[in-house]
Amino acid sequence: MRVSVNFDLCKSNAVCMDAAPTVFEVRDDGYLYVLQEEPGEELRAEVEAAVATCPTQAITLEG
Amino acid sequence: MDSIAVVGASLAGLRAVETLRRLGFAGRLTLIGAESHLPYDRPPLSKELLSGEWDHDRVVLRKAPYDELDLELLLGFRATALDAASRAITLHDGRTVVADGIVLATGAAPRVLPGLPALDGIRTLRTLDDCMGLRADMERGARVCVIGAGFIGAEVAATARARGLEVTVLEALEAPMVRGVGTRIGASLAALHRANGVDLRTGVTVEAVEGDGRVERVRLAGGDVVACDVLLVAVGAAPCTDWLDGSGLVIDDGVVCDETLLAAPGVVAAGDVARWPNPTFDGESMRIEHWTNAAEQGMHAASRLLAADGDGAPFAAVPFVWSDQFGVKIQSAGRFSGADRMEVVHGAIDEHRFVAIFERAGRVSGVLGCSEPRRVMQYRRLIGARTPFDEALTALQ
Repeated sequence: MRVSVNFDLCKSNAVCMDAAPTVFEVRDDGYLYVLQEEPGEELRAEVEAAVATCPTQAITLEG
Repeated sequence: MDSIAVVGASLAGLRAVETLRRLGFAGRLTLIGAESHLPYDRPPLSKELLSGEWDHDRVVLRKAPYDELDLELLLGFRATALDAASRAITLHDGRTVVADGIVLATGAAPRVLPGLPALDGIRTLRTLDDCMGLRADMERGARVCVIGAGFIGAEVAATARARGLEVTVLEALEAPMVRGVGTRIGASLAALHRANGVDLRTGVTVEAVEGDGRVERVRLAGGDVVACDVLLVAVGAAPCTDWLDGSGLVIDDGVVCDETLLAAPGVVAAGDVARWPNPTFDGESMRIEHWTNAAEQGMHAASRLLAADGDGAPFAAVPFVWSDQFGVKIQSAGRFSGADRMEVVHGAIDEHRFVAIFERAGRVSGVLGCSEPRRVMQYRRLIGARTPFDEALTALQ
Protein backbone atom coordinates (compact mmCIF):
# COMPACT_ATOMS: atom_id res chain seq x y z
CA MET A 1 0.00 0.00 0.00
CA ARG A 2 1.07 3.54 -0.70
CA VAL A 3 0.29 6.57 1.47
CA SER A 4 0.04 10.07 0.08
CA VAL A 5 -0.87 13.37 1.69
CA ASN A 6 -2.38 16.38 -0.03
CA PHE A 7 -0.41 19.12 1.68
CA ASP A 8 -2.75 21.79 0.32
CA LEU A 9 -5.45 20.29 2.55
CA CYS A 10 -3.36 19.21 5.56
CA LYS A 11 -3.72 21.51 8.56
CA SER A 12 -1.40 19.60 10.88
CA ASN A 13 -4.04 18.53 13.39
CA ALA A 14 -1.84 15.48 14.03
CA VAL A 15 -4.77 13.09 14.42
CA CYS A 16 -2.96 10.75 11.98
CA MET A 17 0.05 10.77 14.28
CA ASP A 18 -2.19 9.39 17.04
CA ALA A 19 -3.66 6.69 14.79
CA ALA A 20 -0.41 5.58 13.10
CA PRO A 21 2.62 7.01 14.93
CA THR A 22 5.19 5.06 12.91
CA VAL A 23 3.84 6.43 9.63
CA PHE A 24 2.94 10.06 10.39
CA GLU A 25 4.75 12.67 12.42
CA VAL A 26 3.95 16.34 12.96
CA ARG A 27 7.18 18.03 13.99
CA ASP A 28 7.88 21.15 16.00
CA ASP A 29 7.97 23.16 12.78
CA GLY A 30 4.23 22.47 12.57
CA TYR A 31 4.42 20.39 9.40
CA LEU A 32 3.43 16.79 8.81
CA TYR A 33 6.09 14.33 7.68
CA VAL A 34 5.27 10.93 6.21
CA LEU A 35 7.81 8.57 7.77
CA GLN A 36 6.98 5.60 5.53
CA GLU A 37 5.33 6.11 2.16
CA GLU A 38 4.93 2.38 1.64
CA PRO A 39 4.19 0.93 5.07
CA GLY A 40 3.93 -2.82 5.59
CA GLU A 41 0.61 -4.68 5.62
CA GLU A 42 0.76 -5.02 9.40
CA LEU A 43 0.07 -1.27 9.58
CA ARG A 44 -3.02 -1.34 7.33
CA ALA A 45 -5.57 -1.00 10.14
CA GLU A 46 -3.67 1.93 11.67
CA VAL A 47 -3.30 3.72 8.34
CA GLU A 48 -6.97 3.14 7.45
CA ALA A 49 -7.92 4.69 10.80
CA ALA A 50 -5.69 7.67 10.01
CA VAL A 51 -7.36 8.10 6.60
CA ALA A 52 -10.86 7.89 8.10
CA THR A 53 -10.20 10.29 10.98
CA CYS A 54 -8.13 12.93 9.18
CA PRO A 55 -10.12 16.14 9.82
CA THR A 56 -9.22 17.56 6.42
CA GLN A 57 -9.46 14.35 4.32
CA ALA A 58 -5.88 14.93 3.27
CA ILE A 59 -4.61 11.33 3.34
CA THR A 60 -5.08 8.81 0.53
CA LEU A 61 -4.25 5.14 0.61
CA GLU A 62 -3.65 3.21 -2.59
CA GLY A 63 -3.25 -0.52 -2.96
CA MET B 1 -27.17 -10.47 9.18
CA ASP B 2 -28.56 -9.87 5.68
CA SER B 3 -29.59 -6.21 5.78
CA ILE B 4 -28.43 -3.08 7.59
CA ALA B 5 -29.97 0.39 7.62
CA VAL B 6 -27.98 3.45 8.69
CA VAL B 7 -30.10 6.43 9.75
CA GLY B 8 -28.18 9.68 9.35
CA ALA B 9 -26.02 10.48 6.32
CA SER B 10 -23.31 12.64 7.79
CA LEU B 11 -19.82 11.70 9.01
CA ALA B 12 -20.76 8.92 11.47
CA GLY B 13 -23.24 7.34 9.05
CA LEU B 14 -20.83 7.50 6.13
CA ARG B 15 -17.94 6.00 8.11
CA ALA B 16 -20.34 3.26 9.26
CA VAL B 17 -21.34 2.20 5.73
CA GLU B 18 -17.73 2.40 4.51
CA THR B 19 -16.58 0.23 7.41
CA LEU B 20 -19.36 -2.33 6.92
CA ARG B 21 -18.28 -2.87 3.31
CA ARG B 22 -14.59 -2.91 4.24
CA LEU B 23 -15.31 -5.63 6.78
CA GLY B 24 -16.98 -7.69 4.09
CA PHE B 25 -20.68 -7.10 4.76
CA ALA B 26 -22.28 -8.02 1.41
CA GLY B 27 -25.98 -7.69 2.24
CA ARG B 28 -28.47 -4.93 1.52
CA LEU B 29 -27.17 -1.64 2.90
CA THR B 30 -29.43 1.40 3.16
CA LEU B 31 -28.25 4.91 4.03
CA ILE B 32 -31.02 7.32 5.02
CA GLY B 33 -30.39 11.08 5.21
CA ALA B 34 -32.83 13.89 6.01
CA GLU B 35 -30.92 16.39 3.86
CA SER B 36 -30.90 16.10 0.09
CA HIS B 37 -27.10 16.45 -0.10
CA LEU B 38 -24.58 13.64 -0.23
CA PRO B 39 -22.64 13.39 3.06
CA TYR B 40 -20.57 16.53 3.55
CA ASP B 41 -18.07 17.87 6.00
CA ARG B 42 -19.36 20.31 8.62
CA PRO B 43 -16.24 21.99 10.08
CA PRO B 44 -15.70 24.17 6.94
CA LEU B 45 -19.26 25.53 7.33
CA SER B 46 -18.00 28.00 9.94
CA LYS B 47 -14.64 28.54 8.22
CA GLU B 48 -13.57 28.06 4.57
CA LEU B 49 -17.04 27.60 3.09
CA LEU B 50 -18.52 30.49 5.06
CA SER B 51 -15.64 32.78 4.15
CA GLY B 52 -16.16 32.14 0.43
CA GLU B 53 -12.64 30.72 0.12
CA TRP B 54 -14.19 27.35 -0.81
CA ASP B 55 -17.15 26.46 -2.98
CA HIS B 56 -19.71 23.94 -1.79
CA ASP B 57 -18.35 21.10 -3.95
CA ARG B 58 -15.19 21.15 -1.80
CA VAL B 59 -17.00 19.88 1.30
CA VAL B 60 -18.12 16.46 -0.01
CA LEU B 61 -16.88 13.89 2.49
CA ARG B 62 -16.29 10.98 0.18
CA LYS B 63 -14.15 11.53 -2.89
CA ALA B 64 -14.26 7.87 -4.02
CA PRO B 65 -17.26 6.72 -6.11
CA TYR B 66 -20.42 5.76 -4.24
CA ASP B 67 -20.97 2.81 -6.61
CA GLU B 68 -18.25 0.92 -4.75
CA LEU B 69 -20.39 0.98 -1.60
CA ASP B 70 -23.45 -0.49 -3.37
CA LEU B 71 -25.90 1.50 -1.24
CA GLU B 72 -29.59 2.03 -1.33
CA LEU B 73 -29.28 5.77 -0.84
CA LEU B 74 -32.36 7.53 0.52
CA LEU B 75 -31.48 11.23 0.65
CA GLY B 76 -34.14 13.75 1.56
CA PHE B 77 -35.93 11.16 3.69
CA ARG B 78 -36.51 11.96 7.34
CA ALA B 79 -36.94 9.05 9.72
CA THR B 80 -39.99 9.66 11.91
CA ALA B 81 -40.24 6.49 14.01
CA LEU B 82 -38.42 3.31 14.99
CA ASP B 83 -39.59 0.06 16.49
CA ALA B 84 -36.39 -1.35 17.98
CA ALA B 85 -37.85 -4.80 18.61
CA SER B 86 -38.80 -5.42 14.96
CA ARG B 87 -36.08 -3.04 13.68
CA ALA B 88 -38.57 -1.19 11.51
CA ILE B 89 -37.91 2.44 10.55
CA THR B 90 -40.75 4.68 9.37
CA LEU B 91 -39.88 7.51 6.96
CA HIS B 92 -41.70 10.82 6.56
CA ASP B 93 -43.46 9.70 3.39
CA GLY B 94 -44.93 6.74 5.25
CA ARG B 95 -42.71 4.04 3.85
CA THR B 96 -41.06 1.52 6.15
CA VAL B 97 -37.50 0.18 6.03
CA VAL B 98 -36.94 -3.06 7.94
CA ALA B 99 -33.40 -4.35 8.52
CA ASP B 100 -31.56 -6.96 10.59
CA GLY B 101 -29.20 -4.29 11.90
CA ILE B 102 -29.61 -0.55 12.46
CA VAL B 103 -27.06 2.22 13.00
CA LEU B 104 -28.49 5.37 14.59
CA ALA B 105 -26.47 8.41 13.51
CA THR B 106 -29.00 11.23 13.35
CA GLY B 107 -26.70 13.77 14.97
CA ALA B 108 -27.78 16.90 16.76
CA ALA B 109 -29.63 20.09 15.90
CA PRO B 110 -29.03 23.67 17.06
CA ARG B 111 -30.75 24.70 20.25
CA VAL B 112 -32.99 27.72 19.92
CA LEU B 113 -33.62 30.52 22.38
CA PRO B 114 -37.10 30.58 23.86
CA GLY B 115 -39.14 33.61 22.92
CA LEU B 116 -37.25 34.61 19.76
CA PRO B 117 -39.51 36.48 17.32
CA ALA B 118 -39.93 35.18 13.75
CA LEU B 119 -37.74 37.66 11.85
CA ASP B 120 -35.68 37.32 8.69
CA GLY B 121 -31.97 37.36 9.33
CA ILE B 122 -32.10 35.21 12.48
CA ARG B 123 -30.05 32.14 11.73
CA THR B 124 -28.54 28.99 13.17
CA LEU B 125 -25.59 27.10 11.66
CA ARG B 126 -25.59 23.36 11.25
CA THR B 127 -26.32 22.44 7.65
CA LEU B 128 -24.90 23.30 4.25
CA ASP B 129 -28.07 25.28 3.49
CA ASP B 130 -27.67 27.21 6.78
CA CYS B 131 -24.10 28.06 5.78
CA MET B 132 -24.97 29.27 2.29
CA GLY B 133 -27.75 31.47 3.72
CA LEU B 134 -25.42 33.04 6.28
CA ARG B 135 -22.75 33.47 3.63
CA ALA B 136 -25.20 35.31 1.38
CA ASP B 137 -25.97 37.68 4.29
CA MET B 138 -22.26 38.27 4.82
CA GLU B 139 -21.72 38.98 1.14
CA ARG B 140 -24.21 41.81 1.46
CA GLY B 141 -21.90 43.36 4.05
CA ALA B 142 -24.12 42.70 7.02
CA ARG B 143 -23.35 43.78 10.57
CA VAL B 144 -23.15 40.44 12.33
CA CYS B 145 -24.29 39.71 15.86
CA VAL B 146 -23.63 36.29 17.39
CA ILE B 147 -25.35 35.01 20.51
CA GLY B 148 -23.12 32.42 22.17
CA ALA B 149 -19.31 32.32 22.18
CA GLY B 150 -18.86 28.57 21.97
CA PHE B 151 -16.79 27.00 19.21
CA ILE B 152 -19.30 27.77 16.42
CA GLY B 153 -19.95 31.33 17.54
CA ALA B 154 -16.25 32.07 17.96
CA GLU B 155 -15.34 30.57 14.59
CA VAL B 156 -18.07 32.49 12.78
CA ALA B 157 -16.89 35.69 14.48
CA ALA B 158 -13.33 35.05 13.28
CA THR B 159 -14.53 34.30 9.73
CA ALA B 160 -16.72 37.41 9.63
CA ARG B 161 -13.83 39.60 10.86
CA ALA B 162 -11.60 38.11 8.16
CA ARG B 163 -14.20 39.37 5.68
CA GLY B 164 -13.94 42.80 7.26
CA LEU B 165 -17.42 42.73 8.77
CA GLU B 166 -18.51 44.39 12.00
CA VAL B 167 -19.02 41.60 14.56
CA THR B 168 -20.51 41.67 18.03
CA VAL B 169 -20.49 38.49 20.14
CA LEU B 170 -22.76 38.19 23.16
CA GLU B 171 -21.89 35.59 25.79
CA ALA B 172 -23.69 34.89 29.06
CA LEU B 173 -20.62 33.40 30.76
CA GLU B 174 -17.49 35.34 31.73
CA ALA B 175 -15.34 34.19 28.79
CA PRO B 176 -15.70 32.54 25.37
CA MET B 177 -15.57 28.76 25.01
CA VAL B 178 -15.65 28.28 28.79
CA ARG B 179 -17.23 24.85 28.53
CA GLY B 180 -14.48 23.78 26.16
CA VAL B 181 -11.40 25.47 27.64
CA GLY B 182 -12.17 26.79 31.15
CA THR B 183 -12.05 30.41 32.32
CA ARG B 184 -8.26 31.05 32.38
CA ILE B 185 -7.68 30.01 28.78
CA GLY B 186 -11.06 31.44 27.81
CA ALA B 187 -9.81 34.83 28.98
CA SER B 188 -6.79 34.60 26.67
CA LEU B 189 -9.07 33.73 23.76
CA ALA B 190 -11.28 36.69 24.64
CA ALA B 191 -8.19 38.88 24.29
CA LEU B 192 -7.38 37.25 20.94
CA HIS B 193 -10.87 38.05 19.64
CA ARG B 194 -10.79 41.65 20.91
CA ALA B 195 -7.32 42.22 19.44
CA ASN B 196 -8.79 41.17 16.09
CA GLY B 197 -11.64 43.63 16.28
CA VAL B 198 -14.48 41.51 17.64
CA ASP B 199 -16.78 43.44 19.97
CA LEU B 200 -16.98 40.62 22.53
CA ARG B 201 -19.32 41.22 25.43
CA THR B 202 -19.20 38.63 28.19
CA GLY B 203 -21.47 38.17 31.18
CA VAL B 204 -24.39 39.72 29.31
CA THR B 205 -28.05 38.73 29.17
CA VAL B 206 -30.15 39.07 26.03
CA GLU B 207 -33.47 40.65 26.89
CA ALA B 208 -35.11 41.03 23.50
CA VAL B 209 -34.52 40.65 19.78
CA GLU B 210 -36.34 43.25 17.72
CA GLY B 211 -36.97 44.27 14.13
CA ASP B 212 -39.66 44.99 11.58
CA GLY B 213 -39.87 41.91 9.38
CA ARG B 214 -36.09 41.61 9.54
CA VAL B 215 -33.84 41.55 12.59
CA GLU B 216 -32.54 45.04 13.49
CA ARG B 217 -31.27 44.99 17.06
CA VAL B 218 -30.61 42.98 20.20
CA ARG B 219 -31.53 44.58 23.49
CA LEU B 220 -29.44 43.58 26.53
CA ALA B 221 -30.35 43.61 30.20
CA GLY B 222 -29.03 46.93 31.52
CA GLY B 223 -30.18 48.84 28.45
CA ASP B 224 -27.39 48.35 25.87
CA VAL B 225 -28.54 47.87 22.28
CA VAL B 226 -26.61 46.06 19.53
CA ALA B 227 -27.68 46.98 15.99
CA CYS B 228 -27.30 44.16 13.46
CA ASP B 229 -28.45 42.92 10.04
CA VAL B 230 -27.95 39.25 10.78
CA LEU B 231 -28.18 37.41 14.09
CA LEU B 232 -26.59 34.01 14.51
CA VAL B 233 -27.93 32.02 17.44
CA ALA B 234 -25.12 29.65 18.45
CA VAL B 235 -26.13 28.34 21.85
CA GLY B 236 -25.28 24.67 21.46
CA ALA B 237 -27.01 21.64 20.03
CA ALA B 238 -29.37 18.92 21.23
CA PRO B 239 -29.33 15.30 20.03
CA CYS B 240 -31.94 14.41 17.39
CA THR B 241 -33.92 11.81 19.32
CA ASP B 242 -37.51 13.09 19.11
CA TRP B 243 -38.22 10.56 16.39
CA LEU B 244 -37.23 7.74 18.77
CA ASP B 245 -40.09 8.36 21.24
CA GLY B 246 -41.87 5.04 21.64
CA SER B 247 -39.05 3.11 19.94
CA GLY B 248 -38.34 1.02 23.03
CA LEU B 249 -34.85 2.50 23.34
CA VAL B 250 -33.66 4.34 26.43
CA ILE B 251 -33.26 8.07 25.64
CA ASP B 252 -31.53 10.37 28.11
CA ASP B 253 -29.86 13.32 26.39
CA GLY B 254 -28.93 10.95 23.59
CA VAL B 255 -29.47 7.29 22.77
CA VAL B 256 -28.22 5.35 25.79
CA CYS B 257 -25.81 2.61 24.71
CA ASP B 258 -23.64 0.06 26.48
CA GLU B 259 -19.87 0.46 26.40
CA THR B 260 -19.74 -1.23 22.97
CA LEU B 261 -22.23 1.32 21.47
CA LEU B 262 -25.05 -1.25 21.41
CA ALA B 263 -28.43 0.35 22.25
CA ALA B 264 -30.61 -2.77 21.80
CA PRO B 265 -30.14 -6.14 20.09
CA GLY B 266 -29.17 -5.31 16.50
CA VAL B 267 -29.23 -1.54 17.13
CA VAL B 268 -26.10 0.59 17.58
CA ALA B 269 -25.58 4.35 17.77
CA ALA B 270 -22.73 6.65 16.75
CA GLY B 271 -21.80 10.31 16.72
CA ASP B 272 -23.52 13.28 18.36
CA VAL B 273 -26.64 11.24 19.13
CA ALA B 274 -24.90 8.44 21.09
CA ARG B 275 -24.42 8.33 24.86
CA TRP B 276 -22.16 5.62 26.23
CA PRO B 277 -20.03 4.82 29.30
CA ASN B 278 -16.42 5.51 28.28
CA PRO B 279 -14.06 2.89 29.82
CA THR B 280 -11.07 5.24 29.49
CA PHE B 281 -12.73 7.52 32.07
CA ASP B 282 -13.97 4.87 34.51
CA GLY B 283 -17.25 4.46 32.66
CA GLU B 284 -18.23 8.14 32.77
CA SER B 285 -21.38 8.60 30.68
CA MET B 286 -20.52 10.77 27.69
CA ARG B 287 -22.13 12.22 24.60
CA ILE B 288 -19.58 13.94 22.36
CA GLU B 289 -20.38 16.42 19.58
CA HIS B 290 -16.95 16.45 17.95
CA TRP B 291 -15.88 15.49 14.44
CA THR B 292 -13.27 12.88 15.35
CA ASN B 293 -15.66 11.12 17.70
CA ALA B 294 -18.27 10.81 14.95
CA ALA B 295 -15.72 9.26 12.60
CA GLU B 296 -14.35 6.87 15.24
CA GLN B 297 -17.78 5.84 16.56
CA GLY B 298 -19.17 5.34 13.05
CA MET B 299 -16.41 2.81 12.42
CA HIS B 300 -16.73 1.18 15.82
CA ALA B 301 -20.53 0.90 15.67
CA ALA B 302 -20.28 -0.82 12.28
CA SER B 303 -17.88 -3.46 13.55
CA ARG B 304 -19.98 -3.89 16.71
CA LEU B 305 -23.03 -4.69 14.61
CA LEU B 306 -21.16 -7.45 12.79
CA ALA B 307 -19.75 -8.96 16.01
CA ALA B 308 -21.57 -11.81 17.69
CA ASP B 309 -23.71 -11.03 20.75
CA GLY B 310 -21.59 -10.47 23.85
CA ASP B 311 -18.52 -10.30 21.67
CA GLY B 312 -18.19 -6.57 20.97
CA ALA B 313 -15.19 -4.52 22.01
CA PRO B 314 -15.83 -1.49 24.23
CA PHE B 315 -15.47 1.96 22.66
CA ALA B 316 -12.64 3.38 24.75
CA ALA B 317 -11.74 6.84 23.54
CA VAL B 318 -10.10 10.13 24.39
CA PRO B 319 -12.40 12.80 22.92
CA PHE B 320 -10.57 15.30 20.72
CA VAL B 321 -11.61 18.62 19.24
CA TRP B 322 -9.88 21.37 17.31
CA SER B 323 -10.76 24.88 16.23
CA ASP B 324 -8.98 27.43 14.05
CA GLN B 325 -9.47 31.09 14.92
CA PHE B 326 -7.38 34.07 13.78
CA GLY B 327 -4.52 31.79 12.77
CA VAL B 328 -4.42 30.06 16.16
CA LYS B 329 -5.05 26.31 16.23
CA ILE B 330 -6.86 25.38 19.44
CA GLN B 331 -6.89 21.66 20.25
CA SER B 332 -8.04 19.74 23.26
CA ALA B 333 -8.33 16.10 24.22
CA GLY B 334 -9.81 14.24 27.16
CA ARG B 335 -11.97 15.60 29.97
CA PHE B 336 -11.44 18.64 32.12
CA SER B 337 -13.16 21.66 33.56
CA GLY B 338 -12.01 24.88 35.13
CA ALA B 339 -12.23 23.15 38.50
CA ASP B 340 -9.45 20.69 37.77
CA ARG B 341 -5.78 21.24 38.59
CA MET B 342 -4.04 22.67 35.52
CA GLU B 343 -0.34 22.91 34.73
CA VAL B 344 1.08 24.76 31.75
CA VAL B 345 3.79 22.39 30.50
CA HIS B 346 4.96 24.29 27.41
CA GLY B 347 4.82 27.91 26.29
CA ALA B 348 2.64 30.70 27.65
CA ILE B 349 -1.15 30.96 27.57
CA ASP B 350 -1.25 34.65 26.72
CA GLU B 351 1.05 34.17 23.73
CA HIS B 352 -1.51 31.68 22.29
CA ARG B 353 1.20 29.06 22.00
CA PHE B 354 1.16 26.61 24.90
CA VAL B 355 0.16 23.20 26.18
CA ALA B 356 -1.71 22.76 29.48
CA ILE B 357 -2.62 19.47 31.10
CA PHE B 358 -5.37 18.75 33.63
CA GLU B 359 -5.57 16.34 36.55
CA ARG B 360 -8.46 14.25 37.78
CA ALA B 361 -8.22 11.43 40.33
CA GLY B 362 -4.43 11.48 40.16
CA ARG B 363 -4.29 10.92 36.40
CA VAL B 364 -3.80 13.21 33.45
CA SER B 365 -7.38 13.58 32.23
CA GLY B 366 -7.11 16.33 29.65
CA VAL B 367 -4.80 18.39 27.49
CA LEU B 368 -5.37 21.71 25.81
CA GLY B 369 -3.00 23.43 23.47
CA CYS B 370 -2.77 26.36 21.13
CA SER B 371 -0.67 25.90 17.98
CA GLU B 372 1.12 22.86 19.45
CA PRO B 373 -0.48 19.92 17.58
CA ARG B 374 2.43 17.56 18.02
CA ARG B 375 2.53 17.87 21.80
CA VAL B 376 -1.25 17.79 22.20
CA MET B 377 -1.31 14.43 20.42
CA GLN B 378 1.52 13.09 22.56
CA TYR B 379 -0.43 13.97 25.70
CA ARG B 380 -3.61 12.52 24.18
CA ARG B 381 -1.82 9.17 24.13
CA LEU B 382 -0.87 9.58 27.80
CA ILE B 383 -4.54 10.19 28.67
CA GLY B 384 -5.56 7.04 26.80
CA ALA B 385 -2.89 5.11 28.70
CA ARG B 386 -4.31 6.46 32.01
CA THR B 387 -0.93 7.89 32.95
CA PRO B 388 -0.49 9.32 36.48
CA PHE B 389 -0.44 13.12 36.38
CA ASP B 390 2.98 13.51 37.99
CA GLU B 391 4.48 11.11 35.49
CA ALA B 392 2.89 13.04 32.60
CA LEU B 393 4.30 16.28 33.98
CA THR B 394 7.82 15.04 33.43
CA ALA B 395 7.30 12.65 30.51
CA LEU B 396 7.55 15.15 27.68
CA GLN B 397 9.62 17.95 29.18
